[in-house]
Amino acid sequence: MVNIIWLFFIVISFVAAIMNGRMEALTEAAFEGAKSGVTVSFGLISVMVFWLGLMRIGEDAGLLRKIAVLLQPVVRFLFPDVPKGHPALGYIMSNMSANILGLGNAATPMGIKAMQELQKLNPEKETASAAMCTLLALNTSSITLVPTTLIAIRMTYGSANPTEIVGTTLAATLVATIAAIAADRWYRHRYRRKPPNSIGRNGTAMKDPPGAQGPPGNFDSEGFGGQGETARDNLLAAKHGKGEALV
Amino acid sequence: MYEWVTSISAWLIPFMIVFIPLYAAFKKVPVYETFIDGAKEGFGTAINIIPHLVGMMVAISMFRASGAMDMLASLIRPLFDSLGIPSEVLPLGLLRPLTGAGSLAFTTELIKTYGPDSMIGRISSTIQGSTDTTLYVLTVYFGAVGIRKSKYALKVGLFSDLVGFFAAIIICLFVFGS
Repeated sequence: MVNIIWLFFIVISFVAAIMNGRMEALTEAAFEGAKSGVTVSFGLISVMVFWLGLMRIGEDAGLLRKIAVLLQPVVRFLFPDVPKGHPALGYIMSNMSANILGLGNAATPMGIKAMQELQKLNPEKETASAAMCTLLALNTSSITLVPTTLIAIRMTYGSANPTEIVGTTLAATLVATIAAIAADRWYRHRYRRKPPNSIGRNGTAMKDPPGAQGPPGNFDSEGFGGQGETARDNLLAAKHGKGEALV
Repeated sequence: MYEWVTSISAWLIPFMIVFIPLYAAFKKVPVYETFIDGAKEGFGTAINIIPHLVGMMVAISMFRASGAMDMLASLIRPLFDSLGIPSEVLPLGLLRPLTGAGSLAFTTELIKTYGPDSMIGRISSTIQGSTDTTLYVLTVYFGAVGIRKSKYALKVGLFSDLVGFFAAIIICLFVFGS
């Protein structure tokens, strides 16, 4: 999909540049784009370094797991295939909260960290897992409580009521988020039926991989790539130096 | 309500900067060393994103400069006019999933031209606030972990932008309409 979009942009741009006689502008734009790609990445360094440092402290102190446990019900619904108490859930929650509060700068590192945690659970490292797609859906539609930048711009241009858009923004963003979650769900179920990329919720969509020992059909044994939850919990517990499941 | 939320926004980050290390110190975590340990990851991650971001930004920048963007907008414009939607906001809807900075600049331009309290000003503010730069988010998040096949993520992202765009217009026309 991204391959097609990318090629589409470049080819269409070339054709449009011929039609509009803007070939020189096209060259300039290409290099300008490359430059801003680097500038944006470098701009991210400071925020990433700072937040990931702080978040590591939070993780080691067990704060992230606490948050994850606290918000279990919501996250359980949105990310059914992430094991209980997994650090990814803590990062997902921090990412969502930062988005809701309009702290864009803080949201990105946490989102990336959440992706990295989800990648550890991903059986196919080059293909996005269902959970990763859900996280992306939440981020592209993210609920906004305070569109701070917009309020500032409205103030600058002398609005009589700069904050009057807070309500409409919240309503529109809510509609977009619900649509994103619904679409995500729809695709998630569609893709689940297509092996081998599928991630079966109860292991039912999987063709009983050899060696899978989790009790099939059990609500708590949501298989992830055929791996039983018990196995994963043990793995996690080992990582965190505990002998029992984390929740 | 609004005051309350803004003050949470203002307090939250300083609170986190103080609370997290303090809590960790009580848990006997070596705070500074842990910070450095985690922070080291940040640099590499940001550097890893560069090729992805350069690739995307080049394509988007070319798309805009070639005039393809304007041609696309003029194709859809009649449909907007017939629906009674101010077609001035149309380029914003096309721009928003592609570039955050670009769409913010366009919104600012609309607000400057038509006034923040005009219908166009209100609609564009709402659109800008309620949608996100899908392509950037996808590039950064998936690029950072080396995902090549994004599966249906882009479709869902673009769909939610589309819904957000029209929801913003309809809600504004309903709330602020005479």
